[in-house]
Amino acid sequence: MTPAEWQIVAFTAGMAVLSTALILVPGVTLAWCLARLRWRGKSLVETVVALPLVLPPVVTGLVLLKLFGRRGPLGHWLYSEFHLDIVFTWRAVALALAVMSFPLLVRTARAAIEEVNPTLEQMARTLGAGEWRVFFTITLPLAKRGLLAGTLLAFARALGEFGATIMVAGNIPGVTTTLSTDIYQLVQLGEDSHAWTLAGISLALAFAALWISERLQARSKI
Amino acid sequence: MTPGIQASFTKRFADGPVIRAENLHASTNGVTVLFGPSGSGKTTMLRCLAGLEQPEAGQIQFDGEVWFDSDSKKIVPARKRNTGFVPQDYALFPHLTVAANIGYGLYGQSATKKKARVSEIVRWLGLDKLETRLPHELSGGQQQRVGLARAVVRRPRLLLLDEPLSALDTPTRQRLRGELRSQLLQLGIPAILVTHDRYEAAALGDQLVVLDQGLMLQTGPVADVINHPTNLAVAAIVGTETVLLGHLTRVSDGLATVNVNGHEFTALAEDLPSGANAVHLCIRAEDVILIQNGGAPASARNRLSATVLALAPEGPMMRIELDCGFPLKALLTRQACDELALKAGASVVALIKAPHIHLIPR
Repeated sequence: MTPAEWQIVAFTAGMAVLSTALILVPGVTLAWCLARLRWRGKSLVETVVALPLVLPPVVTGLVLLKLFGRRGPLGHWLYSEFHLDIVFTWRAVALALAVMSFPLLVRTARAAIEEVNPTLEQMARTLGAGEWRVFFTITLPLAKRGLLAGTLLAFARALGEFGATIMVAGNIPGVTTTLSTDIYQLVQLGEDSHAWTLAGISLALAFAALWISERLQARSKI
Repeated sequence: MTPGIQASFTKRFADGPVIRAENLHASTNGVTVLFGPSGSGKTTMLRCLAGLEQPEAGQIQFDGEVWFDSDSKKIVPARKRNTGFVPQDYALFPHLTVAANIGYGLYGQSATKKKARVSEIVRWLGLDKLETRLPHELSGGQQQRVGLARAVVRRPRLLLLDEPLSALDTPTRQRLRGELRSQLLQLGIPAILVTHDRYEAAALGDQLVVLDQGLMLQTGPVADVINHPTNLAVAAIVGTETVLLGHLTRVSDGLATVNVNGHEFTALAEDLPSGANAVHLCIRAEDVILIQNGGAPASARNRLSATVLALAPEGPMMRIELDCGFPLKALLTRQACDELALKAGASVVALIKAPHIHLIPR
């Protein structure tokens, strides 16, 4: 493996870890709100969150490009307030990965939280526990396997993201190139052997993520 | 200020009856049983008292303190009511040990204090040696006791129990009935218990509230309500059973002698715990035999002079209300009634075989 290939692997894995870390707290919070609360506009939020699952990734990428470009509403604000550029930087990669893997995390986490018997949470309340304590001592430990599975699923999804990334972050070698965009590029250039090396690494990473998940889940079994 | 719980509220369900608690009251000592068929709203009433559900309208007070008031929109959340709740399947925290389950309500107390209180409760309920087990490693009866232990560890002001014995197999249930009643009385706090089992109601309750279709049909001491249902609906729910409170005077050769208002009954002494004194006698109406006054000697051990109070047809049968110095119900075929020429005011003799008297220790 060349140093350039190592850089791409490290960059992609790093971006996947970052994007997963970014969505973890908001994703689990939203999953909890969807699983445990009744509120107006809930089904609308559910639909919007699920959209990246079914929308062509390039469309999601296009929406992000327009929102976060310097002339887009969010991009303009970020640039004028904080002098932050998003599109075609590493930040855009993290953003694209986060948006694309968010629905997987939310859906898995929501199912995990819904599986926790609400009577257990109610008993904790009658025993004087406030909502935070109920969540951290009852809901979270009982849903942890599902939450972990959701996190690893989101991470694995982020590792392989292509469509939204190439739209909003492009394919700038050393800056925004990820495993997927590089494989595409290499095949375009007829450098199949390099493409196969990276494809093998992708496989190894995905395999490792799922294997670790299995191991962790087996160990956490009560 | 009325001591104990005082509640009047309505709670509507999308596809069920409107539940109306009218002047539901449970005072400082003793066990109030909410009794009725499934779907009668018992559990919902209990959950409203605990604050796990909110009524649409009405008021719930405890010792004069308002827990719920629809007019002033006051709601005290469940976690601030300090009630002990034992749900139907106990809902023990599956990831916590027995000791951690019991100690859950002691959050914020020092470790020493917590440990002392948990071991006090553990000793009281005989849960020693089980503290490090997880709930799934316990028998049904042990789970029931852990559920009770967890609910009482904070010294709640009110104890709420939803079908506390229904998840258990029959022998365990019968064994735990007497135990549970003495445990509830030892606590010295008002307890409200939901059941659909009339033996459980008779074994555990002091006051009985009969519910049907969300309505409180009748309220009063257990034996009163069962023997004097105020209307047909209550009679149908409590069943054709006579329940008498008596005192055990003698047990010998497997037979128990029980005194009810000066009358001695003979029954089988099976399943009676040693030291039992007060017992409920349950007699099914279909097990009561009537013969003409001064009839021939019979093998039945219990022979009672009775006056017929009333007759009411019940399908092919006749339901007879008798007065033997206490009320007794009998269920006879119409043919038998005709042959005995039974009518209100007639004097008869009621016979009950000893094995047909079911004793429930209190």
